[in-house]
Amino acid sequence: MLDNPPATVDVLTAAQRVAIARHPGRPGVVEIVNALFTDFFEQCGDLSSTDDPSIMGGIALFHGRPVTVLGNRKGSDIEERVACNFGMASPEGYRKAQRIMRAAEKFGRPVLTFVDTSGAYPGMEAEMHGQGEAIARSIELMSSLTVPVIAVICGEGGSGGALALAVGNRVLMLENAVYSVLSPEGFASILWKDASRSDEACEVMKLTADDLLELGVIDGIIPEPAGGAHENPEALFQVLDTYLARELAALDKMSPTALANDRYRKFRAMGSNAVKRGRV
Amino acid sequence: MAGILAERRRRLLALKKMRQQGAAVGVEEQTCPSCGRVLNEDDLALNQFVCPYCGHHFAIAARERIKMLVDDGQYRELDAALVSTDPLDFPEYPEKLARLRATTHQGDAIVCALAKIGGVRVAIAALDTRFLMASMGAVVGEKLTRLIERATKQHLPLIVFSASGGARMQEGIISLMQMAKTSAAIQRFSDHGGLYISVFTNPTTGGVTASFASLGDIHLAEPGALVGFAGPRVIEQTIGEKLPEGFQSAEFQLEHGFVDAVVSRARMRTTLIRLLTLHGKGGAEHVG
Repeated sequence: MLDNPPATVDVLTAAQRVAIARHPGRPGVVEIVNALFTDFFEQCGDLSSTDDPSIMGGIALFHGRPVTVLGNRKGSDIEERVACNFGMASPEGYRKAQRIMRAAEKFGRPVLTFVDTSGAYPGMEAEMHGQGEAIARSIELMSSLTVPVIAVICGEGGSGGALALAVGNRVLMLENAVYSVLSPEGFASILWKDASRSDEACEVMKLTADDLLELGVIDGIIPEPAGGAHENPEALFQVLDTYLARELAALDKMSPTALANDRYRKFRAMGSNAVKRGRV
Repeated sequence: MAGILAERRRRLLALKKMRQQGAAVGVEEQTCPSCGRVLNEDDLALNQFVCPYCGHHFAIAARERIKMLVDDGQYRELDAALVSTDPLDFPEYPEKLARLRATTHQGDAIVCALAKIGGVRVAIAALDTRFLMASMGAVVGEKLTRLIERATKQHLPLIVFSASGGARMQEGIISLMQMAKTSAAIQRFSDHGGLYISVFTNPTTGGVTASFASLGDIHLAEPGALVGFAGPRVIEQTIGEKLPEGFQSAEFQLEHGFVDAVVSRARMRTTLIRLLTLHGKGGAEHVG
């Protein structure tokens, strides 16, 4: 049995969860890697032009076995946050992720990703360097991997920039994480031309872990300590470790082909019950 | 000569029918948004909805797009009756969909079909900006994935004319998942040796650019088409300045290495035939 910390007692609104998911003290990929993994060797660079620190990846030991870890790095102080572009990756970041995933495939290492980004960076240079193509290729590659892939939405899972690291056999969410097609602000701005209506957007978007579990978009919810992961990161790490070990053990039983097929079927089914034959 | 007259007559009849169905987008205006000239509707239709003065490519309905490209204008549409269930119970969305179905006679923003181009059987799809800016929700994702899977099984080359404002906001996360679904299907199609020609038309942005549209073996774009991930307004808000003229245009994408060629509507059919021929009927035939 899991020694779970008590889950948040009060039911939070979606907007409150968004606030927790964005809390500056919320543990991110760096803290998770430090706590759950040993002997982390960071792989840097896209082998083409640069290293985008907003995506962190490398090889580490998880319960003594080598795995590949990837995640969005937001930075812990202002200097780091600026360097990491507040967790908004550039195309070079996604290309780095791709070559790290290819290496995982080559050496048969499971891929564990920790997603926390408001979205891919919408800047001029990112466009000139093919942000769309970089995300598309990451999604495509991730969908075809023949090693176990577990994605954990840890904080914000925003848009294609998040999905690029979230095509897993298992997609888990921390209890207060959010995952959505766009940030609530962007959503309100597009639909109602008013970014200030983001709280309203949070409610209609179905972006909480409970909503997404019900919609079949995620496979499980990892409970957080009362008040959110930032209140007691150690408690979170313990639970997260148990969940990851359990899911990985289950995926270990599958053959490489079965893993790729399982992932294909999983995403193939997304939205299949959101269509019907109608009168046109 | 008789052939030309017959062709002209066919196009005029098609135009008449289209107008009744409201097929041409923005043609009611008759003013070219690019050069400002007032255009005769018939002339515009006869010129494949391209401004005869400046070459501006008007938006075009999906079925009309397919018809002008395929042999004898003949195609078999697939999954035409597929519609959205409104998975998120989004306010006012079902009413909006019903209105658009009534005006476009389409189930959603995509038309998928089987046809021949230059005698080669192809699987072809076109997105339609009249339908919620051709945004991708479950219906677009599902129909396209079915088409890709059929093309994989039947070893058909795949041609997709993309246009999109991105993911369908009203279907939220379900829309986002369509990016994974379509991309995974393209990956398998490609793995089986299938040829995929992706054509960017105005505008192709967001989740469509960041999924199936960018995964072609060959990338073509219509002249002047806006192609990008983030929309210009979002970029301008992010960087706090106006974007230079032509940023994210098809020509810009050619210059930056993301499309193989910018191809005008007049040359599109012959270009496709040439590419199909160069790939030996699609390259998928030798795969078992």
